[in-house]
Amino acid sequence: MRTSSSGLTGNLLGLTGSRTRGAAPSHIGAWRYVLLAIVISIGGLYASPNLFPPDFAVQVTADNAERSVDVELLAELEQLLDEAGIAASGSERTTDGGLIRLAGSEDQLRASAVLRDHLNLLGEERQYVVALNLASTTPEWLRNLGGEPMALGLDLKGGAHFVLQVDMEQALGKRLNDEVEKIKDMLREQRVRYRRADDAVAGNTIRMGFVTADLRDRAIRVIEDEFRQPNYLLDETNVDGRPGFTITVQEARIDEIESNAIEQNLTGLRNRINQLGVAEPLVQKLGGSRIAIDLPGVQDSADAKRKINKFANLEFRLVAAANDRPSEIDEWPYEGRVVKLNKRVILTGDRVTHAVQGRDPDTGLPVVNVTLDSQGGEMFHDATAPNIGRGMSVIFIEHKPIVTVEEIDGERVETHGSRPEERVISVATIATALGYTFSITGLPLQEAQELAFLLRAGALAAPMYIVEERTVGASLGEENIQRGMLAVVVGFILVLVFMAFYYKVFGLVADIALTLNLVILVAVMSLLGATLTLPGIAGIVLTVGMAVDANVLIFSRIREELKTSAPAQAVQAGYDRAFLTILDANVTTLFVALILLAIGSGPVAGFAVTLSIGIVTSMFTAIFGSRALVHLIYGSRRVEKVLI
Amino acid sequence: MTTFDFMGKRHIAAGISSLLIVVAIGAAIFGGLNPGLDFTGGVKVEVGFPDAVDIEQVRDVLVAEGLDSGVVQHYGSETDVMIRMPPVEGVDQSALGNEIAAALGRNFDGVQLRLSDFVGPSVGEELTESGGLALLVALGAVMIYIMWRFTGKFAVGAVAALIHDVIVVVGAFAVFQWSFNLPELAALLAVIGYSLNDTIVVSDRIRENFRTLRRGTPVEIVNRSLNQTLGRTLVTSLTTLMVLGALLLAGGEQISGFATALSIGVVVGTYSSIYVAANVLLAMGISKQDLALPEREGVGGTLESLDENQ
Repeated sequence: MRTSSSGLTGNLLGLTGSRTRGAAPSHIGAWRYVLLAIVISIGGLYASPNLFPPDFAVQVTADNAERSVDVELLAELEQLLDEAGIAASGSERTTDGGLIRLAGSEDQLRASAVLRDHLNLLGEERQYVVALNLASTTPEWLRNLGGEPMALGLDLKGGAHFVLQVDMEQALGKRLNDEVEKIKDMLREQRVRYRRADDAVAGNTIRMGFVTADLRDRAIRVIEDEFRQPNYLLDETNVDGRPGFTITVQEARIDEIESNAIEQNLTGLRNRINQLGVAEPLVQKLGGSRIAIDLPGVQDSADAKRKINKFANLEFRLVAAANDRPSEIDEWPYEGRVVKLNKRVILTGDRVTHAVQGRDPDTGLPVVNVTLDSQGGEMFHDATAPNIGRGMSVIFIEHKPIVTVEEIDGERVETHGSRPEERVISVATIATALGYTFSITGLPLQEAQELAFLLRAGALAAPMYIVEERTVGASLGEENIQRGMLAVVVGFILVLVFMAFYYKVFGLVADIALTLNLVILVAVMSLLGATLTLPGIAGIVLTVGMAVDANVLIFSRIREELKTSAPAQAVQAGYDRAFLTILDANVTTLFVALILLAIGSGPVAGFAVTLSIGIVTSMFTAIFGSRALVHLIYGSRRVEKVLI
Repeated sequence: MTTFDFMGKRHIAAGISSLLIVVAIGAAIFGGLNPGLDFTGGVKVEVGFPDAVDIEQVRDVLVAEGLDSGVVQHYGSETDVMIRMPPVEGVDQSALGNEIAAALGRNFDGVQLRLSDFVGPSVGEELTESGGLALLVALGAVMIYIMWRFTGKFAVGAVAALIHDVIVVVGAFAVFQWSFNLPELAALLAVIGYSLNDTIVVSDRIRENFRTLRRGTPVEIVNRSLNQTLGRTLVTSLTTLMVLGALLLAGGEQISGFATALSIGVVVGTYSSIYVAANVLLAMGISKQDLALPEREGVGGTLESLDENQ
């Protein structure tokens, strides 16, 4: 009657009915020992990188395509540090730069200051990025096999984490305004006159009016190929009491615009973050309209925030001429007076390919030297050449985050948004026809630096605002690791002692299985590249406590069976009968852990990952591993008595 | 094997459970849960001073710097101070943490920023929703799995036990007004996982005994099953409580709420697999007929026939 049972569980887990049949057990178990040995060695191998504490290091990367970090430079830098009294313990080239290893965190801070001063000359464009980093001390051969220590989360190594919300309404509005310009261009080309309107874009519709129905019909013929289903819905209507049409942007196109916006913002953010000089930053999409950023090691989040969250642009406009119509002119305050500007924008910051902050050789005042792309250069030349002697102004546009409270359906709802703050930063006379390169003056030093930075890093498709920020100081991170590890060690030892005391020989078997479980858990996490966080450590601690459950189930079953059967059969039955119970109990727990993983971000996910992996590894070690050990101890001789 | 008459006291236990639940729900409704920053949104800054510092002094500095001081208190030790600001309608607080840290840095020497959190109100709201959803999905998935592997009555018993545990743990947080944050939510789901583990082990034995024992009333069979699994139940609870104790003592401030929630959950979960899950089974009139049908249970049948053959 037992055969069907052994058929499923016995073969799966070792110790088939060998004892009852009297065959040599070691032969039957051989492949299991081999498998177990393989798992132990692979587990040990890939868990071992975690035993090598990383070196403090300074990472140097070139910030300029003409520069590179080579062996000579690294040797020179090491020499330099030596002269400054900082001992470097070696250097090496990495894929994107070089690493110099140092003795401690204090040396690391000093070295980075020394190198920064040496590599980047004051007042000149930055050539190298110097960042604090940790260098792996895992032996070369182990790294070649893919052995890496677990990555540590920001809560363990310190750093700043941001979640940014992309303002999709603005992204859409901006994009639709571009579409309006495109329509106007098409109409002008076909000489179809349209009526000017300031409110051409409202929500997700574009409206245009015409003097006669005939003009409207001609206009529709011009644009209907471009603006049609499924992206647009073109309708004839009256606009401001005149013939006109509306274009309603359809869902598919809105989705496309939004996903383009987030992609563009991601690219822009990556550029900006690369400029920050942070080692191994992480920028990734979070859901449909959010972006998560991890900046390891960043303690002053204010500086990082100012740079990543800023949405700034430039507009170049001509000073109004005497014959400009009043409708084409607006007025701006500038240095205590009012300047009249022509509304037409001749150029925007989007056309900038490069921007550097420098100083005016004559006045010593800060300037931003700007280089345009070819189209921008032409546009700028065409606009300035006929206007030599006329004034030109630069308008600086910055989006400031605002929160407004609205009442929607009787509920108070807070909406985030941004308000553009625009100001004229310079009004200068066009001395010559301007081309691809020119300078902007009139900004204080810090703003000039930031403007150069922002123009260089590229425009964002839409403003963003921070919806979540978590910064952990380095000291707290270190404390978290120490405390977490202490909890693991103390919990682990308590369980080991208890099991050995309560189940004697079998308890020791469970202890070995538990140790093995911990090693495999660490190995799997290292191999998967999972990030260890404080909740993740809590997950490991919990795994230690719960992993023995499978063994406890088996052992209590064996104790029960011992009352009615001979020791060998009791051990056999204990393992067999407990198997399905263990499977059911663990599968359901795994469900819960996976649900946790699915909903959770950040801390919850860290916990769920270790718990899930721990459940799977503990089933392997507690059933398969412990059974092989029991077999090893009791399998090769006649068993009169088992110690349990 | 012990021979406690667990089920003889099942009416008392039902009374205790009901009372616990009433108290827990009452506390949650009238006292309310104390949701932490993760759920409410707002700003929290933790700084370390080189020496012991007076809270009033910190508060005065913040006010003098034009910052509303919010809640200022020590945590952990005399040198560590936590400043918490609730969300303020219509104000963008994303820079507030930096301003607080900068203001303290200007006025005190050697202040170290330990932690600075900002959570926007919308993020907190979403978290509340997704957290609630996760609990429901977890309970639903568990119920379906148990219905498949066991029967509907076991599923109802198990889910009743889980809901019982969740309510009691949440109730404890409401009664003591402990701050409930994201890690505590994770702990709540882990409690579901743990308690379920326990309930399944007990249910498994009940099912086995209903099938193999020829004599005995349902109450006797359940009693026997509970006594058979009692040793295991206690040992596992003990080892789990040991590690949680280690976590609670050594793990530090940030993880203590998590460890507390789980510890309560382990105790209540152990109790509930005996007195809620088994109790509900008896109340629903579990009988041999419910379980003696391996062929009709579809996929589970092949696995379950193993037990039948023993």
